Amino acid sequence: MPGPGRHMGGHSKAPIQKAKDTKGTLKRLLRYFKEHRLTITVIIVFAILSTIFSIVGPKILGKATTELFSGMIEKFKGTGSVNFEYIGKILIIIGGLYLVSALFSYIQQYMMAGVSQSIVYKMRKQVNHKLSKLPLKYYDRNSKGDILSRTTNDIENVSAIIGQAITQVITSVATIIGILVMMLSINLMLTGITVLIIPISVFFISIIAKKSQKYFTKQWEVTGDLNGHVEEMYTGHQIVKAFGNEDKSIEKFNKLNDELYKTSWKAQFISGIIKPIMDFGSNLNYVIICLVGAVKVTSGNMTIGDIQAFVQYSRQFNQPIGQLSNIINNIQSAIASAERVFEFLEEEEEIKENEEAVEVKELKGNVKIDNIDFSYSSEKELIKNMNLDIKPGQKVAIVGPTGAGKTTIVNLLMRFYDVDKGAILVDNINIKSMKRGYLRRLFGMVLQDTWLFNGTIKENISYGKENATDEEIKEAAKAAYADHFIKTLPQGYNTVLDEDATNISQGQKQLLTIARVFLANSPIIILDEATSSVDTRTEKLIQEAMDRLMKGRTSFIIAHRLSTIKNADVILVMNKGTIIETGTHDELIKKGGFYANLYNSQFSESIDDIA
Amino acid sequence: MKKLLKYLKPFKIMIFLIILMVAIQSIGELYMPNLMSDIINNGISKVEYSIDTKALKNAILTDQITELNKTLESKGITKEAFVANSDEILNRIKQDILSAQDSQDLNNLDNNQYMLFQNMLSSGIVEAKNVSDMEYIKDVGIKMLIVAFIITIVTILASYLSSRIAMRYGKVLRQKIFEKVSTFSQGDINKFGTPSLITRTTNDVTQVQNATVMVLRMMIMVPIMCIGSIFMAISKDKTLSWILAIVVPILFLILGIVMKKATPLFKSLQVKLDKLNQIMREQLSGVKVIRAFDKDEYEKARFERSNKDHIDTAIKVNRIVAVLMPAMTIILNFTTIAVVWFGAKRIDLGAMQIGDMMAFIQYAMHVLFSFVMATVMFVLLPRAFASGDRIQEVLAVDPAIKDKDNAKENDIHNGIVEFKNVNFKYPDSEGEFALENISFKTHPGKVTAIIGSTGSSKTTILNLISRYYDVTSGEVLVDGMNVKDYKLEDLRDKIGYVPQKAFLFSGTIKDNILYGKENATEEEIMHSLDVAQASEFVNNLEEGIMSHVAQGGNNFSGGQKQRLSIARAIVRKPEIYVFDDSFSALDFKTDSNLRAALKKETDNASFIIVAQRVSTIMDADQIIVLNDGKIEGIGKHKELLENCDVYKEIVYSQLSREEAGA
Repeated sequence: MPGPGRHMGGHSKAPIQKAKDTKGTLKRLLRYFKEHRLTITVIIVFAILSTIFSIVGPKILGKATTELFSGMIEKFKGTGSVNFEYIGKILIIIGGLYLVSALFSYIQQYMMAGVSQSIVYKMRKQVNHKLSKLPLKYYDRNSKGDILSRTTNDIENVSAIIGQAITQVITSVATIIGILVMMLSINLMLTGITVLIIPISVFFISIIAKKSQKYFTKQWEVTGDLNGHVEEMYTGHQIVKAFGNEDKSIEKFNKLNDELYKTSWKAQFISGIIKPIMDFGSNLNYVIICLVGAVKVTSGNMTIGDIQAFVQYSRQFNQPIGQLSNIINNIQSAIASAERVFEFLEEEEEIKENEEAVEVKELKGNVKIDNIDFSYSSEKELIKNMNLDIKPGQKVAIVGPTGAGKTTIVNLLMRFYDVDKGAILVDNINIKSMKRGYLRRLFGMVLQDTWLFNGTIKENISYGKENATDEEIKEAAKAAYADHFIKTLPQGYNTVLDEDATNISQGQKQLLTIARVFLANSPIIILDEATSSVDTRTEKLIQEAMDRLMKGRTSFIIAHRLSTIKNADVILVMNKGTIIETGTHDELIKKGGFYANLYNSQFSESIDDIA
Repeated sequence: MKKLLKYLKPFKIMIFLIILMVAIQSIGELYMPNLMSDIINNGISKVEYSIDTKALKNAILTDQITELNKTLESKGITKEAFVANSDEILNRIKQDILSAQDSQDLNNLDNNQYMLFQNMLSSGIVEAKNVSDMEYIKDVGIKMLIVAFIITIVTILASYLSSRIAMRYGKVLRQKIFEKVSTFSQGDINKFGTPSLITRTTNDVTQVQNATVMVLRMMIMVPIMCIGSIFMAISKDKTLSWILAIVVPILFLILGIVMKKATPLFKSLQVKLDKLNQIMREQLSGVKVIRAFDKDEYEKARFERSNKDHIDTAIKVNRIVAVLMPAMTIILNFTTIAVVWFGAKRIDLGAMQIGDMMAFIQYAMHVLFSFVMATVMFVLLPRAFASGDRIQEVLAVDPAIKDKDNAKENDIHNGIVEFKNVNFKYPDSEGEFALENISFKTHPGKVTAIIGSTGSSKTTILNLISRYYDVTSGEVLVDGMNVKDYKLEDLRDKIGYVPQKAFLFSGTIKDNILYGKENATEEEIMHSLDVAQASEFVNNLEEGIMSHVAQGGNNFSGGQKQRLSIARAIVRKPEIYVFDDSFSALDFKTDSNLRAALKKETDNASFIIVAQRVSTIMDADQIIVLNDGKIEGIGKHKELLENCDVYKEIVYSQLSREEAGA
């Protein structure tokens, strides 16, 4: 019953992906097994032994049948009787063999569970450590979905197969060889027949399998399309309705659904006929063996027990063959996944830290940008010969239209990216000579993208300072005007934020990130003002919290609010990735350039004139 | 789940055919071991007896075998009668012996006869020889192949039918759900949540579909095979059946123990894997923050803990499951051994034949496998049932908002929206009104702005105009007619809606604009992009309006998405523009340019704008200030600055006094 070629459902079955460099990837994958060499050897030996023991079973059992049969004939002849002592002995031996075989198989699988899981564990750990070694460039250039799929799905795929594949390959191969040997030891001719017939059915099946693979691939694609359509239509439900396009969406759905039906029933059907064909081959084989065997028995060349044993072997023969072909498919897909994981592990890492890193004593907060050049890619130069001297406690506003590259400056200050030429100096020390971690601790950063992790509010605030006391956390929350709303939550500071922190509002998230920076108490502040999705009252709180945060600290603000911009000591006006104007509000207005235009635009053409 | 079965009705005949096929298949498979045992019993291990007549005569005459003479006497044949008529009597004896041997009925001989037969064998009167009956083997072999062929054909047919039915069933369910969801109001959607609805349409249907295949192929087969095998095994040998009675409970016990131990661990393993992946996800999305706070080590440790935790459970689970296969093999193998041992005893007693013993082994295996399959099914089916229930929940919904039977048409096209004493409560909420006593009216060519803090139900007002929800009391009129009297399609045709969260469909930019007006010309498309301030960035794309839009529009920035979704509304040339905080991702300059361009577009449309930014709305013809679902004030900017405290508070949080024009 459980046999090869059964694809229950098969819906989730992705088409087999092939690795670009199968050999290399396999080699690298095998390297993980190196440290488990000894265990693996034991596992292999045990797997082989277990297979051998279970394979000899039928042959020995055949002896019991033979004895029984000849004993019965003797008995009729009156020349003897069934030798139960002998049969009993045989059965005890077989029982022992089966027991040992099962024990070995258990021990082997028990050990394998440990090995495979610790390999996966190690791989996960490596991938995780790699995350912190990659430059930010990598994250900016690759989609989060792709990285995530390499670091989660692909590893899971590898892990699922490492565990079962090895033992299955060993046992399948050992079984095939073992059965062949056993059959040969019984009778050459019958073995020849079996070896001829079984591959014929396997051949038929591989043709069918290839055909069904086509349908499975198609099914997989259409399922993807259909699910995509469903997802899109459900998330855009309101838009679909707003524009009255329900019928169009149903029409497209029906088309995909029908296509899915047509491919999936074929895939399902074709995979369903593999087993019956295999069984037929096996039955055909049985009859032929009986016929040929009968001749041999009559002529005294074979015993009845041998026939019985042979029949049993031949019926077991196609199971490991089917299993093997299944595993090979799985291994292929695991190797493709492993390759993707290895590609990730191979990505270029950030330049190593300077070991003799400098630290600033009693930071004043002077930031100097000294004649720097920078570009994300060599084709497009972004910053050229930029100079700026910011005195301690000054406020720098970065403004510009959407997509003007306002975050570039932040990226450089935090050393998420390194400048191409020139230097950024903090208190006259080149930031390149500091440890990245140290430098970044000098800056407190509040991004618009409010990153909070799945944990309590307390844990999230104290992210800025390890071992912060409850008092300190509360102080920081108070300073960020977050204490009030936190207290209204049923669990207070111990409220667990769910994954997307949907249990608190966007504005409240902002307040928490500000509290985090308050607690960290960094001398230099980088702020990204929120533009949307925050209600006006919370926005007011955020603004006040930010103002309080900036007090007495050198600060850089990606600004959207006019009041902030106007109070800035320096305004950097950016457009299309470059800094086009620098100065104070008054200077820039007087200049009548891009900034003046930007500033005036919001009052010159008002909505009153639209209608 | 039960209710879903009604969609299987059209397949009644096909299902009946499957049952028939599976029944034939099962009978065939049950018959096979019988044929196999026949080949061995009567074909290969056939014993032929030959009788040496001379020796027989001699034996009778010399009284060599007392039993023989006694038997003859009991039949009234004296030695004298034998001598007188020896040929005829010899023939009769011979026939008696041979007929007994032919039917292989040695078992039926009584004790005397048995002893007699044995004596004759030992004295060489009867000779036994193992001669395979080739004709018989050929006959039965052909029979076997025919049966095997029939099994193959019916199995393939059953596979064909079950694939078609199950997939068709899945298709029907998916279609029903999708069409149902299309009629849902926003409230209906929220009841389930979008992700849940997606799962119900995709995964849950697949679950049911797969379970259907399984039920059609196995659920029918397992009981037939199980009962049939037990029956056949008993018919082969009643006495040996006690072995099954012992083995089956042991099998259940082991399966039960392993599953009881493994199932909760599997569940917790999944939770731990989710946690692990979640940390990975968080670390990816938070890479900047993590580095900004120099928390790499902390994060590594956090991951490490989770990784370790996961792996410990994984090893534990795998080690428990490792018991399963060896244990099952042991049970099967020991069953075989037991059958051989006790079978041998039975054979020795003459109560059973070797071929029957082999058949018994096969039937026993069938029985055990049936129980294993049944266990697997009982693990898998409840999951499918749960999926079925989830599907049924969707199908059972009566959409809250649908066309009235007597929906009317409206010839007026001024785009006037009027709220009359509207109260609104969300369908599931208790007590609290989201909107209370709302009355206002918009005018063609004029701008109505709505402002207020989060939770003040600004968006709710917009939802009532498009009739995503129905009012609890009061009425919403569009062009003088209650929105409830419109056909939904006609009503929404009048409205150009731009949502808060810009949503684009996968396809090209052009496709997305056409979404607003199916038959828009190229010119109309370009124009709407112009007005929406999108033409510059669209033209900068290599493929212009034919550029690909990824699902959710994720390959565009927030501002770009917003402008495209505005263009989509503009191309419709609606009577009513509804902007739900749709300028939020635009910078001041683009925002104002867009508004300026819009104004040239439309003289007659009315504008309803929800905004957070005061500068966006401060020049509207009427500003509605909302607070906690109530109107705090309606009027122009200047008026409200004088007499509406809430408005004042909002304005001064964003603008300085001089900017606010106070």
